[in-house]
Amino acid sequence: MNPNSNRPRLRAAWNTTAALLILGVLLFPVYWMLNTALQPGSSVAATEWFPSSPSLENFDTAISSQGGSLLTSFVVALGAVAVCLALAAPAAYGLAQFGLRGGQGIVFTTLITQMVPGIVIANALYSAYAELGLVNSYLGLILADASLGLPFAIVLLRAFMVSIPSEVVEAAMVDGANRFTAFVRIVLPMSRNALITAGLFTFLFAWSDFMFALTLNTTDDVKPITLGIYQFVGAHVSDWGAVMATAVLSAVPAAILLVVAQKYISAGITGGSIK
Amino acid sequence: MSTFASTSPAAKTSGSSAAPAKADSRTRRRGLLRWLFVAPALAYMALFFGYPLVRNIVMSFQHYTPKTYFTGEAPFNGLDNWRAVFADELFAGSLWHTALFTLGSLLGQFTVGLALAVFFSRRFRLSGFVRAILLLPWLVPMVVSAVVWRRILDQDHGMLNSALHAVGLTEGGVPWLNSPGVALLSAILVNIWIGIPFNMVILYGGLQEIPRELYEAASLDGASPWRTFRSVTLPMLRPVVTVVLVLGFMSTVKILDLILALTSGGPADSTQTLGTVTYQLSFLQLDFGQGAVVGNVLILISAVFAVLYLRANRADFGKGK
Repeated sequence: MNPNSNRPRLRAAWNTTAALLILGVLLFPVYWMLNTALQPGSSVAATEWFPSSPSLENFDTAISSQGGSLLTSFVVALGAVAVCLALAAPAAYGLAQFGLRGGQGIVFTTLITQMVPGIVIANALYSAYAELGLVNSYLGLILADASLGLPFAIVLLRAFMVSIPSEVVEAAMVDGANRFTAFVRIVLPMSRNALITAGLFTFLFAWSDFMFALTLNTTDDVKPITLGIYQFVGAHVSDWGAVMATAVLSAVPAAILLVVAQKYISAGITGGSIK
Repeated sequence: MSTFASTSPAAKTSGSSAAPAKADSRTRRRGLLRWLFVAPALAYMALFFGYPLVRNIVMSFQHYTPKTYFTGEAPFNGLDNWRAVFADELFAGSLWHTALFTLGSLLGQFTVGLALAVFFSRRFRLSGFVRAILLLPWLVPMVVSAVVWRRILDQDHGMLNSALHAVGLTEGGVPWLNSPGVALLSAILVNIWIGIPFNMVILYGGLQEIPRELYEAASLDGASPWRTFRSVTLPMLRPVVTVVLVLGFMSTVKILDLILALTSGGPADSTQTLGTVTYQLSFLQLDFGQGAVVGNVLILISAVFAVLYLRANRADFGKGK
């Protein structure tokens, strides 16, 4: 911390070592998940510390039994992203740039909705869904999962869009575009990074959703991976290798996004929660 | 037009309506068109947040049974649901467990998160990389984390017990998830693990915004590292701390996935919380009326903290962020 330290280089090396040690301790469960997944037949007894003879056998089992659920999660999460961005982007723009009467109240309300407990929503939504025939449907789950990202997306996108100079849009409108085409052609491309961040998080929220998957589905017609792995543990608790292989597969989107879209992830965590 | 302050009514009629004639009806039409941008999201939020809130309150005064879903009839029964829920020992227990789970989780997540944030504020190689990778537990679905931990904490074949045994710390296996006295503590520890990255990232962001000059001034005054932390870092960090704690509270108080996948509320209801009891009443016992009562209690608790959150955020709104 102190730049005038006598041996800054040595100290930095110690810090790096300590950081790697912290990483090892905190990410141990992730290692253990991978380790168990790579050891077939270790299900009954204790797991070896290292996968001495690694095999992908467990992944075969995982894909054959849970592959459909992975696909379901993918479809539902992408659907939720589409619904969420289609609603959030225009709303955020309107709230950021139009000076609507009561706009501030709407932003406050948006913030508050983020705090409504999911189980409360599920409780009331189930009976409404039952009446509308939306239980056990992709559409029903997509719409419910979109609610996990919407307030976040509106707040995040609005925070970005307030800084778009209104002259840019007005110039386009002088050239004959109406407000909507100006929004699509000018504002959306300019907001690309914020849209990616909001979309990423909506995807992760929907992919991780367990509550709506559990409560709004009474059959196996629509079974996302979170519900799949939950039932898998209940039914096949002896086959831990396959369960862990499923866990690894369901963690893959998070891992990929973490590596590929690192800057959006950090921006989302700080931007979406503080502002 | 770019700051939040401009949403005041005075700034509403924006500069584009310069033409004096017919301007009035045209601005009005334009105003309506502008609302079309916001309306779909508002309608959706009314359906997916507003409606459930209202419906939940109404439901808590209705007698719901599995039969309701065939006949569509849910007769009002006054305070019966409320009396039944409050008289049940399970409710009192779950309230207590929720308090312990939430406070324990917050304390652990925050302390470790802050320590890591301070540590990673130092400059050294791989700092950014390690910080990024540490986010993984937070990004992985909670059910998945819970399932992995369930394997690690398994009494007979779990890795934790075999490690403890190997170094001679324990004789028999610790019943991490199978004993009513330990299970809640285990759930808290797992949730601390899940919440550390979130706390770390937000607090790290807060630390970066503290002006360097303050630290230089402190070091000129000869302040010790601990004194600097207490007199500079903590006070400057306070707004961020409030936000982290309130957001952490909100997400922890309603947790369902983690506990269902880890212990299903057991053993002997020792890990039942307001969230799991709501789920159990509504979706397992199919008494949605009683489930709604517990849900309302959850809303009430969250509402108190929502107010705190908005007060903590008000400064930001003034600045137009």
